[in-house]
Amino acid sequence: MPSYDAWNTGEATQIVASFAGRDGAALPMLHALQERFGFIDKAIVPVMAEALNLSRAEIHGTITFYHDFRDHLPGRHTVKLCRAEACQSRGAVALHRQMMEKLGVDWHGTTVDGAITLQPVFCLGLCANAPAALVDDEPVGNLDSSAIDAMIAEARA
Amino acid sequence: MLDDKDRIFTNLYGFGDWGLDGARQRGAWDGTKGLVEKGREWIINEMKASGLRGRGGAGFPTGLKWSFMPKPDPLRPSYLVVNADESEPGTCKDREIMRNDPHLLIEGCLLACVAMQAHACYIYIRGEYILEKERLEAAVEQCYEANLVGKSNVHGWPFDIYIHHGAGAYICGEETALLESLEGKKGMPRLKPPFPANMGLYGCPTTVNNVESIAVAPTILRRGAAWFAGFGAKNNAGTKLFCISGHVNTRCNVEEAMSIPFRELIERHCGGIRGGWDNLLGVIPGGSSVPVVPAHEIIDAAMDFDTLRNLKSGLGTAAVIVMDKSTDIIAAIARISYFYKHESCGQCTPCREGTGWMWRVMSRMVEGRAQRREIDMLLEVTTQIEGHTICALGDAAAWPIQGLIRHFRPEIEKRIDQYAANPHSEPVRDFGIAAE
Repeated sequence: MPSYDAWNTGEATQIVASFAGRDGAALPMLHALQERFGFIDKAIVPVMAEALNLSRAEIHGTITFYHDFRDHLPGRHTVKLCRAEACQSRGAVALHRQMMEKLGVDWHGTTVDGAITLQPVFCLGLCANAPAALVDDEPVGNLDSSAIDAMIAEARA
Repeated sequence: MLDDKDRIFTNLYGFGDWGLDGARQRGAWDGTKGLVEKGREWIINEMKASGLRGRGGAGFPTGLKWSFMPKPDPLRPSYLVVNADESEPGTCKDREIMRNDPHLLIEGCLLACVAMQAHACYIYIRGEYILEKERLEAAVEQCYEANLVGKSNVHGWPFDIYIHHGAGAYICGEETALLESLEGKKGMPRLKPPFPANMGLYGCPTTVNNVESIAVAPTILRRGAAWFAGFGAKNNAGTKLFCISGHVNTRCNVEEAMSIPFRELIERHCGGIRGGWDNLLGVIPGGSSVPVVPAHEIIDAAMDFDTLRNLKSGLGTAAVIVMDKSTDIIAAIARISYFYKHESCGQCTPCREGTGWMWRVMSRMVEGRAQRREIDMLLEVTTQIEGHTICALGDAAAWPIQGLIRHFRPEIEKRIDQYAANPHSEPVRDFGIAAE
């Protein structure tokens, strides 16, 4: 389970400064910030714009362009369910519906107890092991309803 | 069938050691210095002679691509960029290479850099590939320790590798969008020309290659172009990783000779179609962006670039998605439309508006809530999108629908008639995707 520090604009500014002078530093900066704090606060936009000599709009655009960067804390575990064709052909749609019912959330939702955030993803490249999911950073293949139950129980433990 | 001795990826399934020792036992990094010393011309000529066509989908000859790089200029260094943003739905080959045979890729980077006189190589890995990134970083670390790469390495070609982690955008697999993303911007494709070979990363000459194209290069150079060219039909040389998923008995990732007949590929490696060959409905032979091919056309077709192009489809990334007769083919294509709507970067109007438009029409057609004339209208819209956008995402969104209408028009019409006979007022079913 990933653990995050509380957002602190001062520390975040230091992280941004540590990438100073590197080419193409925006994405590495954002990855570093998200790894530390779990999300990217809007407060960092002007700081990054200053550091990279870009406009705030450009930084905002970059943050919102990529699906992986978020502006709020996720649940304790993030489950990404693969929705691409190979997984669908193995019954992923029904399985996903089942999981959403069990958790009582829709896509991008977090369960009330804060245990699981559910996200869709298009093709994890685990097509030969469909249906597939990414639980935190671990790929999981050959999902069925008992595997889902186990996944939920483990996340809530 | 491809003999074990002719396989390039001998640790594809991760049964052996992925590290440097294991890779050396399997033959990687063997005589690399000799290959480097043969020089740029020899490497490019050998790659041209091998007939290797790029493995990322378009099938452009790799040796030719390398030869486009201009002469080195101290003010504008050349770069090699490896496209490891493998996001095409159905494709799972680069992942296995990076996870289980990363040293083949790194060695390939070195040789490709010699061929294009580059001293730096960027590997762009997609955001979802976390284990793969860690493996590849560890493998690069091993190479630096063994002084196989680096500023003053044993091969005598100063060379650095940087690994860049993406953040979950399909469009970054397009080569110019990938370069934008590497520079830290939004991954929006650039207009071509100028082509990356003239104006690429940071305005410098750059070549972008797929992971598989680079990873096969060392073995081709070691064993000779003639060996590689010996597999497959004319103009479709070599061995290829096929990712077979969907309704087959055992889904798998396998290296096979190009031009293997579809039936043989499935019988040998996948234990046949679920429910037998009569149960086959259609196949998407190259990842979600190529048109579906109906069963009777694909069964005895050779799996290579030219044959599939003549069937109005394509080999793409060789991600073979098999669908049996239990598949609702219209819903499957509607879902693919949704995917392209979701991933359109929004830069070009035909794609931004058209992908959403096509998806909305498709989701009505899944239930038959349409007029028959709308089928032709949909087909016309796909041709208005195709070829009118900066990158190929517009084409990729249009082709699956064109394939559907070409081969399964009676199926759509049947559904429209069924709905017309029994209309109801419930809202259009959204497959649970409206919330996104």
